Amino acid sequence: MQVPILSEEIAAGRNPEILFWVGCAGSFDQRAQSITKAFVTILNKVAIDYAILGSEEMCTGDPARRSGNEFMFQMMAYQNIQLLNQYQVKKIVTACPHCFNTLKNEYPELGGNYEVIHHATLIQDLINEGKIVLKEGGSFKGKKITYHDSCYLGRSNNIYEAPRNVIMALDAELVEMKRCKSNGLCCGAGGAQMFKEEEKGNTRINFERTNEAINTKATIIAAACPFCNTMMTDGIKVKEKEDEIQVLDIAELIAQSI
Amino acid sequence: MNFIPQILFLLSFLAAVYLFAKKIGSIKRNIFLGVSENLSDHPEKRWKNVFLLALGQKKMFKNLTVAVLHLVIYLGFVIINIEVLEIMIDGIVGTHRIFYGFIPSLYPILINAFELLALGVIIVCVIFLYRRNIIHLWRFKNADLKGWPSKDANFILVIEIILMCLFLTMNATDTLLQSKGFGYYNEQLTGNFIISSFLHPLFNGFENTGLVFIERTSWWLHILGIFAFLNYLPWSKHLHIILAFPNAYFARLTPQGKFNNMLAVQQEVKNAFHPELAPTEVGSILKFGASDVNELSWKNVLDAYSCTECGRCSNACPASQTGKLLSPRSIMMKTRDRAEELGERLDKGMDIQDGKSLLNDYITEEELRACTTCNACVEECPVSISPVDIIIQLRRYLVMEKSTAPQEWTMMFGNIENNFAPWKFSPDDRSKWIDTFNS
Repeated sequence: MQVPILSEEIAAGRNPEILFWVGCAGSFDQRAQSITKAFVTILNKVAIDYAILGSEEMCTGDPARRSGNEFMFQMMAYQNIQLLNQYQVKKIVTACPHCFNTLKNEYPELGGNYEVIHHATLIQDLINEGKIVLKEGGSFKGKKITYHDSCYLGRSNNIYEAPRNVIMALDAELVEMKRCKSNGLCCGAGGAQMFKEEEKGNTRINFERTNEAINTKATIIAAACPFCNTMMTDGIKVKEKEDEIQVLDIAELIAQSI
Repeated sequence: MNFIPQILFLLSFLAAVYLFAKKIGSIKRNIFLGVSENLSDHPEKRWKNVFLLALGQKKMFKNLTVAVLHLVIYLGFVIINIEVLEIMIDGIVGTHRIFYGFIPSLYPILINAFELLALGVIIVCVIFLYRRNIIHLWRFKNADLKGWPSKDANFILVIEIILMCLFLTMNATDTLLQSKGFGYYNEQLTGNFIISSFLHPLFNGFENTGLVFIERTSWWLHILGIFAFLNYLPWSKHLHIILAFPNAYFARLTPQGKFNNMLAVQQEVKNAFHPELAPTEVGSILKFGASDVNELSWKNVLDAYSCTECGRCSNACPASQTGKLLSPRSIMMKTRDRAEELGERLDKGMDIQDGKSLLNDYITEEELRACTTCNACVEECPVSISPVDIIIQLRRYLVMEKSTAPQEWTMMFGNIENNFAPWKFSPDDRSKWIDTFNS
């Protein structure tokens, strides 16, 4: 499969319409790499004019900023913005809500102004425009799917419906957890928690959230964030439910249905 | 004519207003101990927040039953104040039910409405006392409220019940005296009122003088109770009935996920990349982040004073709900306690250097480390408070001034600096996933 690299595209005189910001999880984390591949499969299939930054991409600085290291955040932001502006990037899509939030909300006042969309929104648009054509009687038809809201997509940016609409397009049965949408419970990874041991408590946040998902009797937990995906997958493993319940990104749901 | 009651009334009124104004003045001073920050952009959006969030209590309606119950108390509180206006004029001028003379036909309708609300307030206060003390609701039984805060909440409900009972007793005895054609009560024949008339049997056995005594005592205790309550507000979580309004106005308008930019750091980083553009003079020494109330934004301190200690934040907080030490409500309560402590020093003519700080003496590192910045607390708060904003400023102080971070975070910083990713992978391997794609 061909994945265009922005520097090469520009060297060849092409100017891709949209940059796919892969993010660190999507690039390095084994589980998240599958999400990246699924999304790229979709992009290629509908012939989107895109490219990735490849080895030029850097951490947006999100975990640094949330843990309190504003210096490191500013360092990363500065370098990324320099690069993006140099390439005259106009539009960015990303499968990571943390990258999405940083690029969309925090880069503009530092000089980085782009149209930033999350992959859930792009996929929904492509379905609506008829560019993504789903298989008749796909493998998720009639399946019970619950959607776990990512905090940085939901509360932070008010994107609740796009991922849900994508799930509905699969003819699946969308079941909601007790705490959903603006009341959604965090998976426990945000605020740079992903990169450290959880503080002392009587349970882990991802266990709590996974229990809620299990209670819906869904066979698939859909996520739209690589970190949520990891946390929920771990929770399912600890509950020894991995044979009954799968944690899948919405890009994976769609990639498996086209 | 005997002017003594009027003089006593005026004196107690002036004392109440003076003491209240003085306390509000010191709270205002405490709030502005915080760093100045301009939050007056987009006034149209801000007014909208005032109407929707403060006046309309939009967030309360996440739970319809509680919202309606709270609304009854709130409306009771606001609307019955029209009656208080009459009491004030009567008290100062020495009249009795002065509004009756101007609006004789409308008057009974108004008082009936007030009485219905008063009954509503009593019923709801009893329900709220039951919710707080009998049902084991997590947010009311949680350790945050141990001691004074829990008493404060009950105290307010009891005062409200007493004030409403005094109001009804005053009306019941007044209308009884009217029916007996006694004294000046005979001059404002309002007729019986809808709720207080049910209290008549309680007072039927009294002589006129006894009734007058009860009526006058209720009248005085009711208004003196209101004066006392006014002065209790600033010491209590009940201050939210005033501060919810400015707090909604000055609430941040940016998406919840957007963190405040630190301009000074932005500039320093720019200078590091372009040393040729950096100013040669050494600027003032900056402190990054906050370790005490006077280093937070004034809005954070206003938040703390607006907090109604309802605990919806902690009830939604993933850390609090999984037994972590962090409770966003407690972050706000501690910030207010610390602001009050500094204020007391200023009241005594001392400076604010007492060798203590909000960080460590009030809020521990462990609490700060538990936050996932998920903003569930911000989303829940009915009075537009952001505990996350305080947590992040204290985190910034810890990392940038104290260079203390959990070891894993220190490693993460190192990875970002050296490998441009929070994990220890070579930047050259960033697109290695493409190879596995094709295999």
